[in-house]
Amino acid sequence: MHNKTLAELSLGLQAKTYSSVELTQLFLDRINQHQQLNAYITVTPELAMAQAKVADQRLANGTADLLTGIPIAQKDIFCTQDVMTTCGSKMLANFSAPYNATVVDKFNQAGAIMLGKLNMDEFAMGSSNETSYFGAVRNPWNLNSVPGGSSGGSAAAVSARLAACATGTDTGGSIRQPAALCGITGLKPTYGRVSRYGMIAYASSLDQGGPMTRNAEDAAIVLQTMAGFDEKDSTSVDVPVPDYRAGLNKSLAGLKIGLPKEFFGEGLDENVAATLATAFDEYRRLGAEIIDITMPNLKLAIPAYYVIAPAECSANLSRFDGVRYGYRCENPVDLTDLYTRSRGEGFGKEVKRRILMGTYALSTGYYDAYYLKAQKIRRLISEDFKTALASVDVIMGPVTPSTAFGIGEKIDDPIAMYLSDIYTIAINLAGVPAMSIPAGFVAGMPVGLQLIGDYFSEDRLLNIAHQYQQVTDWHNFIPTGFE
Amino acid sequence: MSLTADEVNKIAHLARLGIDKQDVAAYANDLSGMLDLMTRMSEVNTDDVEPMAHPMDQAQRLRVDKVTELNHREAFQAIAPQVEAGLYLVPKVIE
Repeated sequence: MHNKTLAELSLGLQAKTYSSVELTQLFLDRINQHQQLNAYITVTPELAMAQAKVADQRLANGTADLLTGIPIAQKDIFCTQDVMTTCGSKMLANFSAPYNATVVDKFNQAGAIMLGKLNMDEFAMGSSNETSYFGAVRNPWNLNSVPGGSSGGSAAAVSARLAACATGTDTGGSIRQPAALCGITGLKPTYGRVSRYGMIAYASSLDQGGPMTRNAEDAAIVLQTMAGFDEKDSTSVDVPVPDYRAGLNKSLAGLKIGLPKEFFGEGLDENVAATLATAFDEYRRLGAEIIDITMPNLKLAIPAYYVIAPAECSANLSRFDGVRYGYRCENPVDLTDLYTRSRGEGFGKEVKRRILMGTYALSTGYYDAYYLKAQKIRRLISEDFKTALASVDVIMGPVTPSTAFGIGEKIDDPIAMYLSDIYTIAINLAGVPAMSIPAGFVAGMPVGLQLIGDYFSEDRLLNIAHQYQQVTDWHNFIPTGFE
Repeated sequence: MSLTADEVNKIAHLARLGIDKQDVAAYANDLSGMLDLMTRMSEVNTDDVEPMAHPMDQAQRLRVDKVTELNHREAFQAIAPQVEAGLYLVPKVIE
């Protein structure tokens, strides 16, 4: 039962083949059985069973939604009232949010069941899930490998069938990279498409929540619930939400796919490149035309990102001061000591590194050289996407330079870790939507294919992903030991 | 470009961020590595480029000036490290 997709589970619930209580218990048992993955920070069995009983009533009285009764899990960055929200940090290890994130409210209204909160890199800063205060998450395909990050718990949980789907957030690749490394489908929507209210901020002009699922059809169902204008988020965009499932079956005949040469140069593992080449052949067979394009400013995405994201992070994380909520040091001697030690003891190394970087970039005398320069580069990158997407329907490329690396392999070399996000970061700077879908394996480890579209073209991306998944089977493979 | 230990300590102070003495050299090294990465930005002339702060380039949305939030003081203070009589407590600031 756990191997069914969300769409299939929804049909089973509506046909009363099984109840939500049964389904929820099954997933709770699996979470228990596979604790070695460390995918969850908090499991909420009582809440889940109570929600499942209500869902079964809705299923019985005909008021059910597609997600009613479906066991899901939330990345622990989304605030949940009366359930711990840690953001993977010691700073918030004791934090129970006073309100729900809009995304959480939307799932609740749809009648989804929350199994618990998923592990993540501390404050979403990391590409391996190793910066979590609650320990590294293991990749279900190889327990000695990282699942990617920062939504590593989400990717591992969906891949190992410890939830029917999960939420993630993506600031520089944090949905797409773990989705690729764990062999699942991940969608980072257009900036502003999904409400950020109650989603703990890392870099506000880049952060975006989205679905992490088994396949594109499931992503369409989940995004349908997550997306939409929210008055409580001042950067939420008031654009109508289309019916994401309606266009899934459109033909791809005549589709123009652009391959930027900058995505296929030095640094890309040749086996990953060969795997992607077979995916492009598949798309040709589906009627698409492959066009070589160039996006000259992509190479500047990493430097610009590591100015802008830390700058915004240093401002956002100033709210953690040991006064209103979160960790407070013992016996502060004065106010400065209270701030300095609470933050020093509450934050881990990677978070501190980025706060220091951002503080430096914004400090007197350096603002123009770093922050302003990075914002100008951001414009150039964004224009590269506009130009490219005026001549092609979708841009494709790798998600990661290689398959999942080993736990411990890069954690002591932050620059090497940053460079592993080379194919995902530019998308956040531009704000366009992008997906990662399973495209094959190299030495038993999953490879992701990235699809990048124009602003608010999630429906088109889902269609392009779904058509590929109709003629391939990569998204149906299950890691050994989790069948 | 490389940062000195003194500069790292100064930045940490600006951020009110305690860092362990034995980690200062490592932070100086890491931040210097990041700054080296950033020097690549100067390869491109951006004199006539408008800075981009937000993907949608949209103005801040305004709302009607009316009360929408209810008072949640008790809920908010229930999660604070130290409160008394509805106030957040911090070490004495004024002697």
